[in-house]
Amino acid sequence: MNDSQVQRIMNNPKFQEMVRKKRRLSWTLTAIMLFVYVGFMLLVGYNKPFLASSFSGGVTTWGIPLGLGIIVLSFVLCGVYSYIANNTLDSLNEETLKEIEAIAYEEGTH
Amino acid sequence: MKKEHIEMKLTSLKAILIAITGLCCSTMAFAGPDLGVAEQQATNWPAIIMFMIFVGFTLLITKWAAGQTQSTADFYTAGGGISGFQNGLAIAGDYMSAASFLGISALVFSSGFDGLLYSLGFMVGWPIVLFLIAERLRNLGKFNLSDVVSFRLEEKPVRTLAAFSSLVVVAFYLIAQMVGAGQLIKLLFGLNYNIAVVVVGLLMTAYVLFGGMLATTWVQIIKAVMLLSGATFMAFMVMKSVDFSFSNMFDQAIVAYGQAHSTSVTDAVKIMGPGKLTENPIDALSLGLALMFGTAGLPHILMRFFTVKDAKEARKSVVVATGFIGYFYLLTFIIGFGAILFIANNPQFLDVAKSALTGQLELTGGNNMAAIHLSEALGGDLFMGFISAVAFATILAVVAGLTLSGVSAISHDLYANVFKKGQTTPESEMKVSRYATLGLAVFAMILGILFEKQNVAFMVGLAFSVAACANFPVLVLSMFWKGLTTRGAVIGGIVGLVGAVGLIILSKAVWVDTLGISETAPNPFNGPALFAMPLSFLCCWFFSVTDKSARAEKERKAFDAQFVRSQTGIGISGASDH
Repeated sequence: MNDSQVQRIMNNPKFQEMVRKKRRLSWTLTAIMLFVYVGFMLLVGYNKPFLASSFSGGVTTWGIPLGLGIIVLSFVLCGVYSYIANNTLDSLNEETLKEIEAIAYEEGTH
Repeated sequence: MKKEHIEMKLTSLKAILIAITGLCCSTMAFAGPDLGVAEQQATNWPAIIMFMIFVGFTLLITKWAAGQTQSTADFYTAGGGISGFQNGLAIAGDYMSAASFLGISALVFSSGFDGLLYSLGFMVGWPIVLFLIAERLRNLGKFNLSDVVSFRLEEKPVRTLAAFSSLVVVAFYLIAQMVGAGQLIKLLFGLNYNIAVVVVGLLMTAYVLFGGMLATTWVQIIKAVMLLSGATFMAFMVMKSVDFSFSNMFDQAIVAYGQAHSTSVTDAVKIMGPGKLTENPIDALSLGLALMFGTAGLPHILMRFFTVKDAKEARKSVVVATGFIGYFYLLTFIIGFGAILFIANNPQFLDVAKSALTGQLELTGGNNMAAIHLSEALGGDLFMGFISAVAFATILAVVAGLTLSGVSAISHDLYANVFKKGQTTPESEMKVSRYATLGLAVFAMILGILFEKQNVAFMVGLAFSVAACANFPVLVLSMFWKGLTTRGAVIGGIVGLVGAVGLIILSKAVWVDTLGISETAPNPFNGPALFAMPLSFLCCWFFSVTDKSARAEKERKAFDAQFVRSQTGIGISGASDH
């Protein structure tokens, strides 16, 4: 691919739409994960009494369901990403590829 | 008498090795009471037989894989012919190391909640890998992460750096696995520690040398299935004993913990909250960041994404891997508490003599053996044999993956692309790979013997720290930030690498405990990630934006083409010849 082909792809509306959607999905989910985990580690660092306090009157502390919950959340977020990517982004990706490949492989005409 | 004799022999052997390798830390061989030497156990035949079956079976696979492995692409990536699901299972097999299985369950056994913090850290990196790294990496690279960071930057300096920091990560991780393997075999087979390390080294050499990525992948898949089944059974038996109620389990565990450690219930209940591991909040954050972003910078894990055919399969691999890994960490948590219930008060598993010496609860064979002892308590000798064989298989699978990624850094990066500037034949690259495999195996065996007494979980923590501080910033910026230039990447990468390793050397664990240079450490913090990672990002940014050279201009311009490819995968088949 030469520079003008790359620029034409970059300016292609389908490509831009795909990039925008992918970017929004990736960074939103990354932000959620970071927020939850860093928040939890800040609690571990600065509010140990809360994590060591009883969750429901018994010996189970808040730390346990929160900690196990984050393990589950990690997988759930991966599932959400994969679901959206498979159902919306992939078809968009294919449409984009069709348009782009036309641009990318028209070597010789430029 | 006998034990002393063995210790003396070990110490003198170690002194010789230290002299040979020129490391000036001979004090470590004499430091402190010797906790690394386990008493020899009666030979456990079920374990040996099951392990032999595993070895025999995997060697057969290696033989088959050897026939399929012709080109460098076969050797490093199994020709890209692994399916997403298989790769996910293999990634899980590559990632669920003996350090996690034995180390985390042991940490839960000795301090409860703190063990969960490690599991969490190992888990939360995976979504980040999926959201930001996996698909782009697959679209841009050919064999390893160095391909990606040197995509539009100047090959020689950037690839050299990436290869070097990959090797540092691999070295730390290898030490951890080797030490774990040695201790395990010593306990189970009654073999000398050094012989155990050599056995692991030889088997791993066989897998990688002859079977390449294809054999490594199948070893990892088989091991993942075995480990998950074994751990599931253990967790099930533990939960059954407490009527499938977590609060029952915690109640009983606290009582058992109090008895075993001769403390009051008020003290024992502390295992339900954050303890010693995170006494210092800065250390807690540092550890968290290292584990989270380290996962996204581990060379042997990232390498696995090139074994599938496209970005979509890479995505599927991560989802599958994350599912299995998360499930596994939930199990290790239960297994750790199960160990408190079943073995903490059972004299069969306790080393009373050592407890008298240290004043703490000590398990036969060292505290990393909690999961192994639990398997005996739950399922008898036969099941313990199975779990031991699984733990050993786990180590083999992980060291094989590590070695392969180290080999790719040496032969694909340093030899073929830096030293020969890409002007090499696949035959000569393969030849160098094979020598590199042998070299790395010898290196791993020597380090495994030298570092016998190092804490396994600590070494793994170091590997993650270096990956997070040196690999992750450069990798992520090279893919997401147009402005990154060669100068920025090289300086930022070096600062991350030197910063992480330097802070680790200056910290208590190495400066005081291992090297014994002085009583207090110059660096009061244990984990380097909180400082070294932002510093690396900062240097990447600063030395890129101030880079006014023509080369930098060209590199910024080349970003768009890289971006298009990272999003679409166009041009992926001819990836090597850019």
